[in-house]
Amino acid sequence: MQVKLKVKRFDPADSGGKTWWQEYEVDVHPDSTVLDSLIEVREQADGTLAMRCACRASICGSCGMKVNGSAKLVCKTRVLDVAPNGEQLTIEPMGNQHVVRDLVISLDTFFNQINRVEPFLQPSFVPEKGEYTASNESMENLLTSMNCIMCGCCVSDCTVLEVDSNFIGPAALAKAWRFTEDPRDSKRDERLKALNDENGGMWDCTRCMKCVDVCPKGVAPMDRIMELREAAIEVGNTNTHGYHHTESFYKSVKKNGRLDETRLAIDSAGMFNIPRMLDLIPIGLAAMQKGKLPPLMPHKAEDHKKVKELYERVEGESK
Amino acid sequence: MKYAFYPGCVARGGAPELYESALAVMERLGIEHVELTKAACTGAGVLQEKNLKMGDILNVRTFAMAEQMGLPIMVLCSTCQGVMSQANHHVKRDPKYLAEINKHLAAEGLEYKGTTSVKHLLWALIEDVGLDTLKETFTRELTGMNMAPFYGCYMVRPTDALEFNANPTRETSLEDLIESVGGTVTDFAGKTACCGFPILFINQANSMKMVANHTGTAKDLGADAMVTPCPLCHLNLDGYQPKSRKQVRGDKADLPVIHVPQLIGLAMGMSEKALGLQKHIVSTKEMVRKVEALPMKG
Repeated sequence: MQVKLKVKRFDPADSGGKTWWQEYEVDVHPDSTVLDSLIEVREQADGTLAMRCACRASICGSCGMKVNGSAKLVCKTRVLDVAPNGEQLTIEPMGNQHVVRDLVISLDTFFNQINRVEPFLQPSFVPEKGEYTASNESMENLLTSMNCIMCGCCVSDCTVLEVDSNFIGPAALAKAWRFTEDPRDSKRDERLKALNDENGGMWDCTRCMKCVDVCPKGVAPMDRIMELREAAIEVGNTNTHGYHHTESFYKSVKKNGRLDETRLAIDSAGMFNIPRMLDLIPIGLAAMQKGKLPPLMPHKAEDHKKVKELYERVEGESK
Repeated sequence: MKYAFYPGCVARGGAPELYESALAVMERLGIEHVELTKAACTGAGVLQEKNLKMGDILNVRTFAMAEQMGLPIMVLCSTCQGVMSQANHHVKRDPKYLAEINKHLAAEGLEYKGTTSVKHLLWALIEDVGLDTLKETFTRELTGMNMAPFYGCYMVRPTDALEFNANPTRETSLEDLIESVGGTVTDFAGKTACCGFPILFINQANSMKMVANHTGTAKDLGADAMVTPCPLCHLNLDGYQPKSRKQVRGDKADLPVIHVPQLIGLAMGMSEKALGLQKHIVSTKEMVRKVEALPMKG
């Protein structure tokens, strides 16, 4: 089977760092993965192509790259699945991380993010004998995050990291959750508070789901971030715009059955935060000029009282 | 063709031109609809941050209402689509969870059996109306109009809840629609990225960078307009384009961001006013002038 590849090359030694595209065509077995094809290129066509790989079985997490614009473990990606009709494949190094050479990125960004969450157990006691044990049941739900093989695919495609390198990123937040939910860890509240307060912490995620989409191990980092937010609110962290946004939304639907957009904007910015309030005025005026300012008094859903009753029933049950 | 119509909060609030243009296009196509006026907001993924189950309950309540009417739900918003698809996905694979939710709905005489499907107008145009039938209603080819697609996260992820495998046309629905009106797709990597709206009030600097990058890149690539099935993306990409372009790129807002039914309406020969194009923050005048200079068919 012929595989056509268009690979992004980078040579740091060539005139201060040269980037170019190079096309290859190799002959491989029909069951081959994208990694098999790249190895074939390196061994048969161009020994200068730099890439990182080891286990070839999606365990080691070394071969993350962008295939047609989306991060993947190339050892887990069959050529026939991404190019069923012999289409040319575009291969690039992962995004949001420093490129060392060709398809090899530096792991510094990734591990600097991971280190920010103190990724180790901090128990409050030393067991009298043996290990720190926990019941099976209490650990089962941690499996999602523990499946992480630190390949960096989620970091590569994170839409927030694209515009803000200070964001702690999906992998580190999923790792943090693994410790906040561990029954043996004693720093749950401190961890949640730090990630809640931190500039670039849990509330900067946009919920775009890219990390869920590209994670090859089902960690679903964004789902873990949502759980972190819920937990942070539960233990009393109410000092963020993110909290006010969520709270206002929840209450607005409870009261009106629908979203009150004007109220949401005011509550999220903070009613007494004068600079942020002033900031809302020009956009409000521009919208008004075009005849589309959201109504000051919200439209209510018909039967909105039934929505409120439903809320009360559900809230009563969980108390 | 008949739907239980769920326009969503933004089409009934901050983007009224979406509601107006959708009704105009549906009428032209003979699509019947009954508006779900008693349904609550989907929660948009925000309410779910505080209480996921509450979000699922509100959506299942809406599904049960449509089920009683025997109609599929039509939405106008990527976020409504995504959040409803996810809620449907949760209860369809977990009968125990559904039974638990149904208990809460019994007081209103509602019970969801799990048969309601949810379809964005964009998908309905392709899957139910069909692009060939749709084309017959066009009175003008939008030849030479360069349109950049912008999906909105919830229309493209997660693909299992959105049933992409069973409906493979969904992956390229926006590009296919742009081509059906005779337009040219301005392809760019940002088309499936985040518009920045969810963090507008949380981290505005990041949100502005996203708006400026997407609209600026599409414009640099020659787009006459951007088309989106998501009114939340529209609110940010249109409403905050002047501020973000000035702040981030030091240039001016110059890319109209239009809704899916407005694109269809232009091909059907509808007027600027009928489609609410004068209600946008970023002027659509230049784009409308270019469209109106194109010849009408026959």
